[in-house]
Amino acid sequence: MSVSTLPAAGVARPPAGRVRRFWDSSVGKKVVMAVTGIGGIAFVIAHMAGNLQMFTPTAPAQAMHTYAAGLRKLGPLLWIARGGLVAMVVLHVVAALQLTARNRAARPSAYGRKEHHTSTWGARSMRVGGVVLVGFIVFHILDMTLGVGHPQFVHLDPYNNLRLGFQRWWAVGLYVVAAGLLGLHLFHGAWASWRTLGLRRPSDRPLHRNIAIAIAVLVTLGFAAVPVAAALGVFAPDVVQEVAP
Amino acid sequence: MPMKLTLRVWRQAGPNADGAFREYQANDVSPDMSFLEMLDVVNEQLTAKGEVPIAFDHDCREGICGMCGLMINGSAHGPMPATTTCQLHMRSFADGETITIEPWRATAFPVLRDLCVDRSALDRIVQAGGFISVQTGNAPDGNALPVPKQDADAAMDAAACIGCGACVAACPNASASLFTAAKVAHLGFLPQGQPERYRRALKMVAQMDLEHFGGCTLFGECQEACPKEISIDTIGRMNKDYLTGMLFEPAENQKAAGAG
Ligand code: FES
Repeated sequence: MSVSTLPAAGVARPPAGRVRRFWDSSVGKKVVMAVTGIGGIAFVIAHMAGNLQMFTPTAPAQAMHTYAAGLRKLGPLLWIARGGLVAMVVLHVVAALQLTARNRAARPSAYGRKEHHTSTWGARSMRVGGVVLVGFIVFHILDMTLGVGHPQFVHLDPYNNLRLGFQRWWAVGLYVVAAGLLGLHLFHGAWASWRTLGLRRPSDRPLHRNIAIAIAVLVTLGFAAVPVAAALGVFAPDVVQEVAP
Repeated sequence: MPMKLTLRVWRQAGPNADGAFREYQANDVSPDMSFLEMLDVVNEQLTAKGEVPIAFDHDCREGICGMCGLMINGSAHGPMPATTTCQLHMRSFADGETITIEPWRATAFPVLRDLCVDRSALDRIVQAGGFISVQTGNAPDGNALPVPKQDADAAMDAAACIGCGACVAACPNASASLFTAAKVAHLGFLPQGQPERYRRALKMVAQMDLEHFGGCTLFGECQEACPKEISIDTIGRMNKDYLTGMLFEPAENQKAAGAG
């Protein structure tokens, strides 16, 4: 992608402004990926916490409805948040694509033999996993936010939308796999983002990542819980008692 | 007990020639030879047969100059941690083994011939900012400038970099981040390095990108390959210096070329 825009090795660039130079540099793009990634982690944790209200012991349909209606009540703030999320995803993906193109161009001929010593499955699946996750996000918004293709979608009744949506076995599988891929992505990303920003203390074991593992496990289990519980019939039929104003 | 080995060696006549692996038999290899001595013996046999010897870089042969550097069985500098190719001994291999020997592969390191690559891109990164600007003259008194012990240690750890390029070779992205970060850190930890600290990170990172190295994705392969065991912690420090420079360094300092 951006490789063709790079001048030949050793050739000075024309003078450029600070933002341009930042975005053009490999460190700058990684900083953008780290900051947007941390924003994304904050979002998925909040999103997961919201989902878990499905397990409210009494009147879960009402709890989910009140939660959904409460988000809608934010009005313009909700649209600002949505715009911010889309902007973060776009920046994250564009930086990733451009960096990947540069990284590939930096090693055009492969080794006859190459051993991997420390790189984790998480690190090596970031690109493929990231592409799959973007595809999943698009499907998920169509499926559970807009109700496109959903068998019995009712606006502002997320409890039953989830309960009935997960009677499709393939959807259960898809959401669980996506939760696992997200966990794998965060196993590397939640650790690497802080390191990229230079926010980690020097350590004798810089590859250790207890907090990232905790985040990855929490997010995977938290997101997988709802589809799995729905498939197991944990969610009894329930109705929204009182439509929130 | 002498060893018998099969070598799969990358042969390439010149920068623009096509390269390929060729197999050579090395019989009578002593386990006490260094890897380079083993190649010397193979080369003597090739010369005796009238063939062109295998070109490889080396100089000090004691692990301090950074000239040697081969991809051996898929690992930069071979299987021993914290060891340069010249310090690697044949007892690290098994009798009868096939050993694949390749040059460092990166756009920034064009192959000159066989196993020799041009690493001057690393020199240009150092030229871009790996210096301090001081008045020349008499050496200052040794204790005139106190340096906290932990800073002196961290600077020394980073300064252990011999510029061999193993980090680039081992990195799946062919990134020079560990090299550049080590050079940024070894000056940046010391009081003499402070005046140009943030400018240095900006200029060296800019040069690193110009040389067509890849970027860091924190695979961690570089610190594993580094014969001097430099930590990826230095990369975080380089990024932080770079960010600080981007945010706070006055524009005229960012643009000024060369020494301040
Ligand atoms: S020849 Fe000097 S480090 Fe190996």
